[in-house]
Amino acid sequence: MPATAKPIVLKPPLSDATVEQLSVGDRVLITGTIYGARDAAHKRLVELIEAGEPLPFPLEGAIVYYVGPCPGRPGRPTLSAGPTTASRMDRYAPVLMKHGLKAMIGKGARSESVVKAIQQYKAVYFGAVGGAGALLADRVRRCEPIAFHELGPEAVYLIEVKDFPAFVANDSRGNDLYRMAVQRYKRG
Amino acid sequence: MTRTRDPRVLRVIDAQTISEAIENMAVEACCKLSPDTLDALRAARDTERSPTGKEVLDALLENAAIAEREMAPICQDTGVAVVFVEIGDEVRVGGGSLVDAVNEGVRRGYTRGNLRKSIVGDPFGRVNTGDNTPAVLHVEVAEGDKLKIDFLAKGGGCENASFLGMLKPADGKQGTIEFVVGGVMNNAANSCPPVIVGVGIGGTMEKAALIAKRSLLRPLGQPNPDPNIAQLESVLLDGINGSGIGPAGFGGTTTALAVHVETHPCHIASLPVAVNLECHAHRHRQITL
Repeated sequence: MPATAKPIVLKPPLSDATVEQLSVGDRVLITGTIYGARDAAHKRLVELIEAGEPLPFPLEGAIVYYVGPCPGRPGRPTLSAGPTTASRMDRYAPVLMKHGLKAMIGKGARSESVVKAIQQYKAVYFGAVGGAGALLADRVRRCEPIAFHELGPEAVYLIEVKDFPAFVANDSRGNDLYRMAVQRYKRG
Repeated sequence: MTRTRDPRVLRVIDAQTISEAIENMAVEACCKLSPDTLDALRAARDTERSPTGKEVLDALLENAAIAEREMAPICQDTGVAVVFVEIGDEVRVGGGSLVDAVNEGVRRGYTRGNLRKSIVGDPFGRVNTGDNTPAVLHVEVAEGDKLKIDFLAKGGGCENASFLGMLKPADGKQGTIEFVVGGVMNNAANSCPPVIVGVGIGGTMEKAALIAKRSLLRPLGQPNPDPNIAQLESVLLDGINGSGIGPAGFGGTTTALAVHVETHPCHIASLPVAVNLECHAHRHRQITL
């Protein structure tokens, strides 16, 4: 994983072919529309799927970003928008992937069942740098709630990003950056 | 301590003054990374062996610069407001209660600073309170006529990764080291590493947790004054940094920036050990009124 490797440019919606080209450790830059959703929004999305109701955004090929953004001010749609811990969404993620979700952005390792689901549904999990909220918000062109407004920071957000940086943490072949990279630098 | 005031005459500190102080500390802490944290990140940038790890540390330093320039929150999780108040026994709060003054300050700071409101009113109903109140407030009484406030914006991710164990006295120092290092290794990737590790040893269950959190307020990397505890801190730091987790969990030699240990006397049957993890976005401020 050379730090100097040229990043791969991605534009959602993502196809199976695009996802299959990605490997653990690849650096990507995402440009286009992604959807922000975290704990409470995931609970609602899965309830809608189970009830056979329509979702507030198209899941097919979509990238979901695990984020609860800060408010913005004129010229900066959000002042801070970094990733939240992905494992809290582990119980919901496989259902969303089954219904077309292609990519997730978050921080921290996923459970074994999610890693398997990523492989099964040809999806990908991107790790972003946790705590770099101001830097990542710099790549946001638009950020507005489109569903479940009453949830405040936990609403579903439509987020337009330009050159949003992330690393491939789990690829569609079952590889896991968090486990592999740790082994390389582990002492003793 | 020499008393400077007739103890029958209490100094009155206005509730408004306390609210203003909290408001300013919330905005400052969330948007301007403190010098001790910046220094620790720069030092880690120089010693980190993983190229990706270095890249992450560079991104964190750039993030801090953008946040300060734009007065934007360093991290979107602007946390639960944890407030430690040390109130002198010659002080009384005028024009309102201390609790209300603190919450009013949080309310104003989180609104003015465009900080995220991350508190739900009850753990099961989970309706957002809309202004980041209530704060978690710890009050202690000290001698004198001052009021000292420590403000900590504590992120949810690292707080979730914190843990506590009621060890056996026979586990001793070695058992404590294994418990702390093992637990941090299991949890650090979700806590925005490089982390700061606050460890409370002794007391009771809640005392261990409280001194673990309080230890986070110490200037970063300043060792415990007791040389035996300072040595324990460096053994723990070394063990944690041998985990390989690294910056952002992408692998590397910097998993923690510092380990702070505080101890307290405890029961003959007990060895409580609490570990409070703090992310690299270590947002804290202190003021004495």
